[in-house]
Amino acid sequence: MSADLLGLTGAQAAAKVAGGEIDAGELFGAYRERAAAEKLNAFLWVAEEAPAVADGPLGGVPLAVKDLFCTEGVHSAAGSRILEGYRPPYTSTAVRNLTEAGATLLGKTNMDEFAMGSSNENSGYGPVKNPWDETRVPGGSSGGSAAAVAAGLAPWAIGTDTGGSIRQPASLCGIVGLKPTYGAVSRYGMIAFASSLDQAGPLTRDVTDAALLFRHMVGRDPCDSTSTGHPEDIKLPEAERVDGMKFGVPPELTGEGVEPGVKEVFEATLKLLEDLGGELVEVGLPHSPHGIAAYYVIAPAEASANLARFDGVRYGPRKGNGDLLSLYEETRAEGFGDEVKRRILLGTYALSSGYYDAYYGTAQKVRTKIADDFRAAFEQVDLIVTPTSPTVAFGLGERTEDPLAMYLSDALTVPMPLAGIPAISIPGGLSDGLPVGIQLAGPAFSENRIFEAAHALEGAIGFDGSSARA
Amino acid sequence: MPEFEPVIGLEIHVQLKTRTKMFCGCALSFGEEPNTRTCPVCLGHPGTLPVTNAEAVHFGLMIGMALGCEPAPRSIFHRKNYFYPDLPKGYQISQYDIPLARDGRLGDIRIHRVHLEEDAAKLVHAGESGRIHSAEASIVDFNRGGTPLVEIVTEPDVRSAAQASEWLRLLRVTLRQLGVSDVNMEEGSLRCDANVSIRPAGEQTLGTKTELKNMNSFRFLERGVEAEIERQEGILRGDGTVTQETLHFDPRTGALSPLRSKEEAHDYRYFPEPDLVPVAPTEEMLQRARDALPELPAQRAERLESELGLAPDAAKLLAFRSELGDFFEAAVAADGADPGAIANWVTGEVVARVGDEDPAATKLEPGALAKLVGMVGEGAVAASAAKDVLAKLVSDGGDPAAIVESEGLGRAGGDELAEIVEKVMAENADAVQKVRDGNDKAIGALMGPVMRETKGTADGAEVQRLIRERL
Repeated sequence: MSADLLGLTGAQAAAKVAGGEIDAGELFGAYRERAAAEKLNAFLWVAEEAPAVADGPLGGVPLAVKDLFCTEGVHSAAGSRILEGYRPPYTSTAVRNLTEAGATLLGKTNMDEFAMGSSNENSGYGPVKNPWDETRVPGGSSGGSAAAVAAGLAPWAIGTDTGGSIRQPASLCGIVGLKPTYGAVSRYGMIAFASSLDQAGPLTRDVTDAALLFRHMVGRDPCDSTSTGHPEDIKLPEAERVDGMKFGVPPELTGEGVEPGVKEVFEATLKLLEDLGGELVEVGLPHSPHGIAAYYVIAPAEASANLARFDGVRYGPRKGNGDLLSLYEETRAEGFGDEVKRRILLGTYALSSGYYDAYYGTAQKVRTKIADDFRAAFEQVDLIVTPTSPTVAFGLGERTEDPLAMYLSDALTVPMPLAGIPAISIPGGLSDGLPVGIQLAGPAFSENRIFEAAHALEGAIGFDGSSARA
Repeated sequence: MPEFEPVIGLEIHVQLKTRTKMFCGCALSFGEEPNTRTCPVCLGHPGTLPVTNAEAVHFGLMIGMALGCEPAPRSIFHRKNYFYPDLPKGYQISQYDIPLARDGRLGDIRIHRVHLEEDAAKLVHAGESGRIHSAEASIVDFNRGGTPLVEIVTEPDVRSAAQASEWLRLLRVTLRQLGVSDVNMEEGSLRCDANVSIRPAGEQTLGTKTELKNMNSFRFLERGVEAEIERQEGILRGDGTVTQETLHFDPRTGALSPLRSKEEAHDYRYFPEPDLVPVAPTEEMLQRARDALPELPAQRAERLESELGLAPDAAKLLAFRSELGDFFEAAVAADGADPGAIANWVTGEVVARVGDEDPAATKLEPGALAKLVGMVGEGAVAASAAKDVLAKLVSDGGDPAAIVESEGLGRAGGDELAEIVEKVMAENADAVQKVRDGNDKAIGALMGPVMRETKGTADGAEVQRLIRERL
């Protein structure tokens, strides 16, 4: 019984709960048991018992939630020691929307501290192992959510993407991850990393699940001034072909730095797209190579302010000798990890008087140019296709000593959030037994188009992730 | 020795009287138990986001318009970053390079800008100095944190301490008239900092300025600015140079002491607040703000002068104390025969009796005052007797004519008055003789007793006429 339950996608499980074929409590119990016993360090907190199930289209299907979503009374530390023991007095809008639609909170997943990282090794609570190869990283920062879904510890999960934090771990773990259009999902209750980039999205076993979760996440939220909701109803994709669709292939995001095994899977995918009726067009994204530089100015600048509230005054552990300065210095010195400190320093420097124009000002101009590039490209093509990550999952500890190499993990995913546009990563195949993700990006609010194309491609690829769930 | 000219600019913070805080739904606090008017947003909990208060924008637009400013088509918020326990997010959300409104004028002083921001929480320092650095413990009350503030910055047009405090009074009465703030300096809903520099008279370049803080009354503002002008003059006359610094005014001693450099040596690292969208007032919002503007004190003073012919001082007092102006206009509406006389009574006798209170809160009816002033004008009651009637109207109310009647305060005249005059002249033959000898002042010695006999109800001119007839 249990194995059958665990083999279902989220949408399948929801349909069976709705049809009375399976019991939501039993489903929750099966996952709870697996999540509580897991050895990947994917979860930081697992529910003791099934919460009361709200009636709804998500039918009591358990949901894994990245640790940075505030959940009332439940561990929400954004992977940081500075929030150890923090139990928020309120629940984030995205989680509330999902639980109101019937999802049940299974647990909180591990992540790079404050979503800063591409390997999940920056967590204050230890790294997460990749279920495909436990000596390797799951990617980050939503590494816990990606590993949990890939390993079958949860039917589906949500995470957040700032420079690739949903798509890159989805790619490295062989699952589907969507970074929505900026503003489609409320950021209220997401512990902020970079406010102008952060966006919540689903991590799922297949494209249909991603569309179903996303449908219940979107919405204009009066608590988030930058939220817009979605102008379209989110449809569950059915397309088997992509006839007439034009796919842009940008040389800037498909060539340099992409390892051969990834390139091979990517090229095979391009062929499949043609087989499915699609047309490939080379498009230029000339400013995209500057994406990493702009991102590592803008995101740390915003983070340096967003993380100023962690001062030991109102919540979280409090350190120091009672003097105000030592309260600040010791609380933050002990509470934050190295990568967080590095980015706070970077951001503080970039915003400093005398440097603002050269760094923050220039980065914002580059950001505008990158968005302009995409706008021009989408006048020629419907979607842009690239590999999600230049490499497959790398070894634990392999890049921790070299922050720049780590930052380059996001080279192919950073331009989209800078432009505010949506992109999905789906598994394209394996390279040396490790998953390779394919990224499809579209214009703002083109999620329905992305889901349709991704669904058709997914059917043609026929990726089998079941071995990681064993 | 050159004469020095002070150059003063003011920065005023006004707490808005909105229903809720600037960026969250908490009700504003008026002395509630500490930390009872808070929520995750104004406590800076992780994941919370600000949402701009529409009523604060409305009030801000009203203030901008009342000060003759141009509202920006699209103003934005910035984050002003610094660490302090009264600042829960580690930054204050404030408008920076594109404020809500700019380039206005109130009275003689040009307005540089008007912008919106949020107030900090309140720190209570346990310890002798009451300041944080030597405190044994500090307690934070977040009730005030996030209260909407409008900051008004003037151009450096003020030239004296007295002008600073007089202008601030005009600003206060203007804001009070708008109904957007309690504007109480002691309670901190109106706060004023001053930038002060001096230069040799006639020079155009500005001297080095200092910033004065913590002057929480009109008197302290005047004293503080006065003291700083003197201090700077002393430095310059002694061939020293003024240091640019922030000074804390101690109202107990009148002393100015520099704030410790750590408290001011900030690089605030302003950058646009990514959690908020720009404030872009629609035509409807602008019209609504325009429609909400009442007649402002400066305009009212001008109207009272030009339309009703009041003296400038009376017009100003009636306009600046709007409750007096309202009472005056109600009286004129009841009987507008002589607005000037009514104005004199309101600004003189009525104010003498009600002090800082609103005359409408006493038993005195505007119509009754108008009638009394009319009776004086017609000679039906003498001015001195009318003051007694007014006292009765203020304490008990009623109809002035009835009071005159029942108290026997009607003007003495006719045979009765003539008899009294004759009696007094008979009893004061000396004085009569002096007047006959050409000492006109001696007539006073006859007038006095007559007025006493008539309880002040006699008309002075009539009494004089009767005396001269009988010399």
